[in-house]
Order: sequence, then structure tokens, then C-alpha cells
Amino acid sequence: MNAISRRKLLYTGAAAITGAAGLAAAARLVRRYGLIPPDHGGLYGPGETLTYACQRILTAHRPVHEFPRSMISKQPFMNEIGKLPDAFKDSQALNFSDWRLTVDGLVDHPLALSVSDLRALGTRSQITEVACEEGWSYIAEWIGTPLPAVLKEAGLKPEARFLAYFSVQPEWWDSLDLADARHPQTFLAWGMNDGDLPVGFGGPLRMRVPRQLGYKSVKFITRITATDSMKQYGKGLGSASPEGGYAWYAGI
Amino acid sequence: MPTATQAERTTILRHTLLVRVTHWITFLAFIALLVTGIEILISHPRFYWGEVGNVNTHPIFTFHIPSSRDTVPTGYGYVLPDQNGWSRYLHFEAAWVLVLTGLVYVGWSVFSGHLRRNLFPSREERSLGAYARRIGQYLRRTGSTGDELHRYNVLQRSSYMVVIFVLFPLIIWTGLAMSPSFTSTFPLTSSLLGGRQSARTLHLFVTIALVLFLVVHVTMVALSGFRARMRAMITGKAELPAEVASKELP
Repeated sequence: MNAISRRKLLYTGAAAITGAAGLAAAARLVRRYGLIPPDHGGLYGPGETLTYACQRILTAHRPVHEFPRSMISKQPFMNEIGKLPDAFKDSQALNFSDWRLTVDGLVDHPLALSVSDLRALGTRSQITEVACEEGWSYIAEWIGTPLPAVLKEAGLKPEARFLAYFSVQPEWWDSLDLADARHPQTFLAWGMNDGDLPVGFGGPLRMRVPRQLGYKSVKFITRITATDSMKQYGKGLGSASPEGGYAWYAGI
Repeated sequence: MPTATQAERTTILRHTLLVRVTHWITFLAFIALLVTGIEILISHPRFYWGEVGNVNTHPIFTFHIPSSRDTVPTGYGYVLPDQNGWSRYLHFEAAWVLVLTGLVYVGWSVFSGHLRRNLFPSREERSLGAYARRIGQYLRRTGSTGDELHRYNVLQRSSYMVVIFVLFPLIIWTGLAMSPSFTSTFPLTSSLLGGRQSARTLHLFVTIALVLFLVVHVTMVALSGFRARMRAMITGKAELPAEVASKELP
């Protein structure tokens, strides 16, 4: 065995050991932080998993920037909302006094909360930017109850890993991992710019997830449910978005 | 079977395997990023400066093309099909391919000396005069002779350096500055550029600069012998006059 092949052997051995250790460390990280998104399959799965895992490791608990009141957009853009069911119009006639948010699944105390129940659980506001995947954005003040306060009231069971949420519009449902579900800026928003949340912006109640693009902030929320897996919902890809071709994770 | 030409010309290794593989992976990733980037742009062909921008605010410029969203006033009576879903998936996957390939290429270039020998302008060429002389040569269309048959000239080196160390870092930076999650941890990525919409507009400008590079690059390849250059970047081999090849090679 000459010097070059011995050196090659040493390098190869070192590379193999480093590789194996790296894989083991990666597997541990994945288990600990849950770094695989529900839509990890298919052609785009590797890129999606890399993006999600890297952003989760880098950004686990960071808050987004909150802007001064002077930067609130004078005319926030009201995006199109799809067709609303008749039940929504009936509730609107009652000024949404009969609107209930059901909290169920892997929780100790299932809840059914009106908007005033939510207000009593905690009221916070944030002046943050809504950014759409299309490219446009606006800044508004969002007033609501932090999702962690609701989860604390319901008592999230330790085996819960996702929080699925559903709209009165059946085509809109989504889910958050616990990093975003427990994030202090993730709101169940019922107010905007010092007033009630207008229907055009998702009133009476919408999810507000400022660390992800606008489509995660689903409007007209009626139910949230804690689950250990998103497999049993829809096609098992985590939300309605991947079924329409869009990524489950919208942090980028 | 020796021929007359083989007596005068000799075959050299012009591009190493690593350069060839990373070159073509980067090319494919760039085309994927460009096509999907255009698809995403079509959903909102208006550009703004500052933090926010939407159809209720003034754009700094607009592409007068139809859009894939009926919420954007375009003046066209129709809406294009929405392609943003797969475009966004592929955009970020291709970005990962490009970034990881770029890291391998730059790491190898630094450690192998490729960067110092073949990309950094050589000592005698680090002057405005050297640039002016080479520009003059291009204008007179004298073509490459002597050493330049197997080494990059100062303009080639400078443009490759700008693409690798200025434009690619900028396109990654301006892209990340649009990520709400990334900017939550690194807010300066966005605010240093003037805000989210400025980052989006700059992302477009850097794209245009990269496309200009691509156009000039392919034009120069075509002018200097498309078949021979393509062969060199695919097989690695190039033919040179024997007296040139016998000198020191990159």
C-alpha cells in the first residue's frame, strides 16, 4: 500500500465516520424538533423539507418585527373571499353573537368559545405586516387573543404535535406545528385597527400567523383541533394548500 | 491514425470534472428559478419601494402584461391560469440546489487554487489599462491569441467574479429578505434593503443582471466557436496549437 492510497483510505474512513455521525445527529434533531413537513413527499419534498427544517432550527421562537402606528397602511388591501355559506349570513344577522370556536382533539378540556369568551381569555394587539405569496403586502394592527392562551385554557396534551384549524368555508383548512401554535404573536384575531374585524378581512374571527405568508392566516375560523398527526385530514398533506398545489409551510 | 492537424494541435483538459458538473447543475437550477420566478411575478406584476405595496398603493413601475389574479388591474380583459403553487415549490427547491452547488464550487475553488489561478485577475492585469486594452481588443474583434486560448482574460475573470461573489449573494439575500420567518430572526436582511417591497424589487433587478450575463456569456460562446466551447464544458477537452499548449496550463 503506497502513501497516496493510505491517505485516501484515511480520508475515506474519516469522511464515512463524519457522515454517519452527521446522519445520527440529524436524525436526533429531526425527532426532537419535528423537522419534516406533512407535504414532504414527491418531487418537491426534499427542497420543502430543507427549507422547513432550516427555518425551524434558525427561527424557533423569534417574534416578527412590529411596526410603529404611523406605518399602518391607510388602505389595507382586502383580498377576494370565496362564497360564504348561508349559515354565515344568518350569524352575521345576529352580529355574530352565536359564533363559536370549538377547541377539541388532544386537549384536557374541550371548549366552545364565543368572541367575548376569547376577549376574556386575553387581549393583545400587534402592528405587523401581512405578506401574500403573490408579492403584495400591507401593515395593520391586529387585535385578538394569543393562541397560546387558548391552548393553555384547553390544556394541550403532551402527544399533540399539530394544531389543525377550520373555516366556515370548507375549502379552507390548515394546520400549524407547535412552534407557531405556541408563538406569542399567533393570534385568534377578532379586531383590526381599533375596530371589529371586518368580514372582508376574515371577521368575526380569523387566524393570524405573522411568521408565515398570508394564506396561513385562514379567515372565519370555527374550530381548532389538536392532533398528533395530520394524516387523517384531507389527503394527509397538512392542509388544503398542498391539495391545491401550494406548500403547507409558508414561512418563505 | 495520425493526421496533419494532430501534428500541429494537441488536446488539453480545459475544464475539470467539478467545474463541468457544477456549471451544468447551476445552469439547470438557474433556468428553473428564472421560469418559476417569472410565473410568480405574473401573479402581481407591480413593483414598489419601501416596506409595503399593494394595488391600493403607488407602484414605482408595472409590467404591462396580463396577470394570473383578477385582483390586479392590468387593463386586459382576461386572467392567466395560476401557476404559483408548483412555481414556488420548484423555485425554493432549485434555490437549494443552486446554493449547495455554489458552496461546493466556491469551497473547491478556494482550496484547489482555481479561484486564485483562473478567476482572480492576474497581477499584471490589475490595472484600468489592462481592462481598456481588452475592451479595445473586443471592439476591434481581433479574437483570442496566445495565452488567452487557454486562460480567461481580465474581462472574463472580472465578470465571473462579479456573478459568483456579488450577484449570486445578492439574489440569495434579496430572496431571503422576503421570507417572513427568516426576517423574524434576521430583521436586518430586510431593513438594510429598505423593506420587504424594496427587497422584492431588488430581487428583480439582480435577476435582470444575471439574465444579461447569461445572454452575453452565450453570445461570446457562440462567437468564439459554439461547438468547441460546448465540447469543452461537456467533455472537458479542448484542442490547442501545440506551441501554446506546451506552456503552463491552468
